[in-house]
Amino acid sequence: MQLELRGVRKTFQGRGGEVLALGKLDLVIPDGEFVCIIGPSGCGKSTLLNILAGLSAPSEGEAYAGGQPICGPDPSRVMIFQDAALFPWLNVQANVEFGLKMQGCAKAERRERARHLLAMVHLEQFARAWVHELSGGMKQRVALARALAIDPAVLLLDEPFGALDAITRDLLHNELQMIWMQTGKTVVFITHNVREAVVLGDRVVVMSPRPGRIVAQHIITLPRPRQIEDVATTQFTRRILEDLQLKEALP
Amino acid sequence: MKIPAKAPEGGLPPRGGLLQGKRHRRLLRRLLFLIGIVVVWEVLFRIGIWPSYIFPSPIDVARTLILGLRSRVFVIGILESLKRLLQGYALATTIGLSLGLLMAQLPWLKESLGMIVLGLQTLPSICWLPLALLWFGLNERAILFVVVIGAVMSISLATEDGVRNTLPLYLKAARNLGARGWRLYVEVILPGALPSIVTGMKLGWSFAWRSLMAGELLYTLPGLGNLLMMGRELNDMSQVLAVILIIIALGLLSDQLFFGTIERRIRERWGLLS
Repeated sequence: MQLELRGVRKTFQGRGGEVLALGKLDLVIPDGEFVCIIGPSGCGKSTLLNILAGLSAPSEGEAYAGGQPICGPDPSRVMIFQDAALFPWLNVQANVEFGLKMQGCAKAERRERARHLLAMVHLEQFARAWVHELSGGMKQRVALARALAIDPAVLLLDEPFGALDAITRDLLHNELQMIWMQTGKTVVFITHNVREAVVLGDRVVVMSPRPGRIVAQHIITLPRPRQIEDVATTQFTRRILEDLQLKEALP
Repeated sequence: MKIPAKAPEGGLPPRGGLLQGKRHRRLLRRLLFLIGIVVVWEVLFRIGIWPSYIFPSPIDVARTLILGLRSRVFVIGILESLKRLLQGYALATTIGLSLGLLMAQLPWLKESLGMIVLGLQTLPSICWLPLALLWFGLNERAILFVVVIGAVMSISLATEDGVRNTLPLYLKAARNLGARGWRLYVEVILPGALPSIVTGMKLGWSFAWRSLMAGELLYTLPGLGNLLMMGRELNDMSQVLAVILIIIALGLLSDQLFFGTIERRIRERWGLLS
């Protein structure tokens, strides 16, 4: 599903009047692309993702998904949050089934699909565990399975691995790449880690500090699956970082 | 590249095990402390500073307790009080939950009725007894009224608070996964509010219990409060103390063991304990 932002601006009501968080912004994400958006904290990355998810409306401009204007959240575009946002009153299995249940999917089918997805994220033996018994990395895996369960065309990830240790993060990078290669979904991945963006993205979009604008784009053509310690990945990361510093040095 | 078949991060945290020994030792310390109190009490009694009808020995109190339980006098008192408590509490929970849910849904109701509920909560519920007596007369209904009104306020306020403050993140995630309307309400908002609701119900229970005891003291219906007053009228300090022990035991059992355990379990599962 193709995503498109046309002339999008977002303002918030701050203490000293209106604050421009985002804009003006044009961005097209073709169907099946893996896009990473990087930028400093508070540059409006999350706002941008919320607009794509339909959880927040732009103050100006238009957002489209699959050629249709976005006018609310839709199970075809699922968001994954930094702290997983799993429901603690449901066990792992029921969390994964949640979206299917909302769609009125039959119980047996739900269970089968959840089992399949939990196997995919290597958590089949934790189906009956409660959320508070899981580590941070396991929670994100469950969140990923929960999102994939309803087979969305678009995955929107808001710094999902930001709070994880390096080893777990590398592992999840691999899993996410594998899943993307298998399913070919459109993925928008937000991070402030350039290296992570280079490992995951077909394209890295760089945003400026508030108000968030697109200041650079890099197409990453390295073969997949990529590892964070690959020489090519490191070189690409360095190039982007140098580019960023050059831009910052300019008036 | 290889994906390990099993997550390298630790499995489930151990349950029980190490904690068990610690808990046993703590229980033992508490038990020893209680035994110490009884011993000091008995020694004070033996010294004989106060006459025994003012300061009975723990053995007398224990004897009264056992006799009272065996002759069913105390048992009937306990059952009568519990019956009243459960009736009142069931009613209070029903009213409190519905009121709380309504207030969370309708801002104008929260602003109008919510203000009154908040104000009335500061009033000790036994103050309603004169009003209840005038309205209902000298009967069970008056005492029921006092019990209900004692509990209803805290339950409705906690419910309202819990529903209104369901984490926005849960709502976002749920709406994003396709939940809306009443399903969003039943499957996400209500369970999200559960820790707060349970805390309110626990508070409501202890308010109901206190109101009931206060009401029964001023009353001549069979019940624990009445047994207390009977002890006073008969100048029977052992009975007064025995009934007080029963009341403490019932309070501990319900408050700490029952509600306390439920509350702790829920807070743990919801990740609210740190």
